[in-house]
Amino acid sequence: MAVPMTERKRSALTRGRLPTYTPHVVAGSAIVVAAALMALIGFNAFGWGVLSAVLFAAGNVASSAIVEGRRKAVDKLVTSVVVGAFLVALLPLVSVIWTVLVNGVPGLLAPGFLGTSMNGVTGAVDNASVANHTPVLGGVYHAMLGSVLITLWATVISVPVGLLTSIYLVEYSADNKFSKVITFLVDVMTGIPSIVAGLFAAAFFGLVMGPGTKTGFVAAVALSVLMIPVVVRSSEEMLKIVPNELREAAYALGVRKWRTILKVVIPTAISGIASGVTLAIARVIGETAPLLVTAGFASQINSNVFAGWMASLPTFIYTQIMTPTSPSNPDPSAQRAWAAALLLILLVMLLNLGARLVARIFAPKTGR
Amino acid sequence: MSIITKPAPKAGTRQAGPGRAGDKVFSGAALGAGVLIVVVLFAVAMFLVIQALPTFSAAPGDITGGKGFASYIFPIVVGTLIAAAIALVIATPIGIAVALFISHYAPRGMARGLGYVVDLLAAIPSVIYGAWGATFLAAQLKVPYQWLADNLGWIPIFGGPASGTGKTILTAGIVLAVMVLPIIASLAREIFLQAPMLHQEAALALGATRWEMIRMAVLPFARGGIISAVMLGLGRALGETMAVALVLSSGPLIASLIRSGNQTIAAEIALDFPEAFGLRLSELIAAGLVLFLITLLVNMVARWIISRHKEFSGAN
Repeated sequence: MAVPMTERKRSALTRGRLPTYTPHVVAGSAIVVAAALMALIGFNAFGWGVLSAVLFAAGNVASSAIVEGRRKAVDKLVTSVVVGAFLVALLPLVSVIWTVLVNGVPGLLAPGFLGTSMNGVTGAVDNASVANHTPVLGGVYHAMLGSVLITLWATVISVPVGLLTSIYLVEYSADNKFSKVITFLVDVMTGIPSIVAGLFAAAFFGLVMGPGTKTGFVAAVALSVLMIPVVVRSSEEMLKIVPNELREAAYALGVRKWRTILKVVIPTAISGIASGVTLAIARVIGETAPLLVTAGFASQINSNVFAGWMASLPTFIYTQIMTPTSPSNPDPSAQRAWAAALLLILLVMLLNLGARLVARIFAPKTGR
Repeated sequence: MSIITKPAPKAGTRQAGPGRAGDKVFSGAALGAGVLIVVVLFAVAMFLVIQALPTFSAAPGDITGGKGFASYIFPIVVGTLIAAAIALVIATPIGIAVALFISHYAPRGMARGLGYVVDLLAAIPSVIYGAWGATFLAAQLKVPYQWLADNLGWIPIFGGPASGTGKTILTAGIVLAVMVLPIIASLAREIFLQAPMLHQEAALALGATRWEMIRMAVLPFARGGIISAVMLGLGRALGETMAVALVLSSGPLIASLIRSGNQTIAAEIALDFPEAFGLRLSELIAAGLVLFLITLLVNMVARWIISRHKEFSGAN
């Protein structure tokens, strides 16, 4: 029995190949060697993991270079690099979420955080809460309200404009010159830096309403500049995949074009359009820079978007970190900022998840 | 299509009247929305120019720095370019590798989920990256910066003394890299997935290893797409505000990346605009205009490469 086995191993087809258990052996020895090395210089779990991974990759490549030759070794090296790069790319994601969770949960669970504003919360209040070890006062109600109102107005402006533009591009333009211009400009708009969109709204309302006009509505206009191209792009893609047979069937029945679009084309594409709009909302609700220059800062509740400064979650985080309410005791401000950051991440993740669910449940049937 | 949309009007079909009005209104509204986008973009440029004009006609001594607009804008333009360059140097190789991992290395079943994970990175608001960079990352990087200043201090970009807080342009660049990475990765992934499957299978059938197959059949096909993905990432990195405003403790233009100093256009606007008035206001708007023009140029070149690439690609 033993003789044919060894002969098969020496056959031309299987010669120069590592046995299948090699990776396991290399992995095991890499972990052990890494543990030994870490014990010499001071142990920590993160360093152990990194060192094991590096040793595993090096061992794999080296053994392959000795037994299998240069080409296979290069292949294994690139595989290690690619997998390593992916793990490195995950590090900041994990780190950001971990930092926000650890710092944000205590503040988010503090009583009254979601229900109160920062009205009347001054440096003296924060100093007192640190000195007496009482709970941190103040909350994000005004900022949440502001975020919701500003985003709502931005959506009210962007969705009709964006949707109608995509309808023009797909249904009416027939690829003429003007539609090429619009497509190009929408691409350009996608690349507008968010702060420039904010400056535009500030400059526009500064000229029309007098300098220094800062209201929630100005912020909503700034956000629409960022939101419209996203809505146009996603709706355009969705309208394009509506099968032409549906339109032709409607025309054959004598239905007017506008009714065909309203009753046939849009209902077919509505799921994709809705998920695109949700993603666009998720994008603009986290925008900070345009709000800084258009909505100002407020510590009290303001539910009127047309008058007065308005707070929002991103600017709340920014101001609490950059200019703590009490400069001598920044901890209460940091706690509020991280809690607001956690709230914002949760909001954005929920919107993203919602968009995917909408798209998956009502996915248009394209016949493919 | 146009034959169907414009049925010849016939005498006696009066019931078609209201429908025709609806058609006109609807197509007019759709066209109007398209026109509105064109108008808005021109308005963006026009209002920025109008509000920025006082800066260009003001006496050089009245501009911040006292030497005219050119010498005011030059350091922050260079700072913006430095931060974006750091971001791209880090994000480009990692982004391409992540895209390759998702398109060609990860098991089929996992690839979709991993794509979502990368998209999650893009979904996190920039202010949160900024807060993370300022509180967590900057503190972690203090020790490496000190080491760089001690051991590689003779290279100008690592000139000491290292920042005591870690809030340097290099930290800001790393945070920007994290924000740009998902853009490059997701665009490059799309391109890699479009690479002709027949070429890849042919390469494998000829005995190529996986890396040789990617090098011969995937990367040459994707070159244009990768370049444009990097350009779009550059556009984002140039215009990103909050990460820099929160992370960088700004100052005048210096060569060292690990000392506090340098400033970017976007962060300068965000930090100074709320308190600005009069000439300072129009200075900042002029700075915004410069930023707008730079990103416009970068994005247009990127789109041009994409459109050129589309004509040659075998996909579609």
